[in-house]
Amino acid sequence: MAIDWNAFTPWSALAGGALIGIAAGLFALLNGRIAGISGVVGGLLRPARGDIAWRAAFAVGLIGAPVAYALFAAWPALQVDASYPALVVAGLLVGIGTRYGSGCTSGHGVCGISRLSPRSLVATAVFMAAGFATVFVLRHLLGA
Amino acid sequence: MMLIVTSLLAGLVFGLGLIVSGMANPAKVLGFLDLAGAWDPSLALVMAGAISVGAIAFAVAGRRTTSLIGAEMKLPTSRHIDRRLVVGSMLFGMGWGIAGFCPGPGLVALGMGEVKALVFVAAMLAGMGAFEWLERRGRVATLRSA
Repeated sequence: MAIDWNAFTPWSALAGGALIGIAAGLFALLNGRIAGISGVVGGLLRPARGDIAWRAAFAVGLIGAPVAYALFAAWPALQVDASYPALVVAGLLVGIGTRYGSGCTSGHGVCGISRLSPRSLVATAVFMAAGFATVFVLRHLLGA
Repeated sequence: MMLIVTSLLAGLVFGLGLIVSGMANPAKVLGFLDLAGAWDPSLALVMAGAISVGAIAFAVAGRRTTSLIGAEMKLPTSRHIDRRLVVGSMLFGMGWGIAGFCPGPGLVALGMGEVKALVFVAAMLAGMGAFEWLERRGRVATLRSA
């Protein structure tokens, strides 16, 4: 393991992380719920009366965040190296996996670990390990 | 109505955090997941920052019986670790490692007009829809066999 000191951005990572923590904390204190993005968005596909608008509002907030950011600064560049077929496979796996596993990086990773939930600690360890293994296989064994 | 405003606000702040932290950029996320390459530890600090703030909020939230706007507290209580949790998280991690997108950054990048994010989010919603369909079918099957 060699740390890429040029890519490492500790201060913006901590500051952005704190904002994410504030958002998750506000969500728990105000709404009494877990700010798990896969759970909130996935619930839109299981429509129930009175349960749609707040979920949609949360998603609109996320999608609209770049617009709010642009009021203060230019967007940082995005780099998506995955091909279109790879994006489809990735999306399907993320969609099915987060619903079966009851959460993603936000619900398990941020909220769950903040609450010291044993389920979330296990889930986070598993998806991190699977992520590390997948990148290792794709980049270093298959050379994609 | 209040729930809609607070949800919008939380989504907005969450999305801003993803942009500021660099996590809306899949290349940066993959830089963290590539332990054997030139490793970018930033994602670990994003988690550390989020969890240290979140831990305080959840400690307070956990003691409340209603939320600050009077909504019902719906924080999960299950402690049971089952196969669904592990297999689901494994599939999610694989998908995350393929493209560097998880659900939040996918939606934020979509808001930046990134076409590849649109493809990812569409496939993700299809995957979530497939889950709902399988769940409904499974429930019907369970009911019939019972």
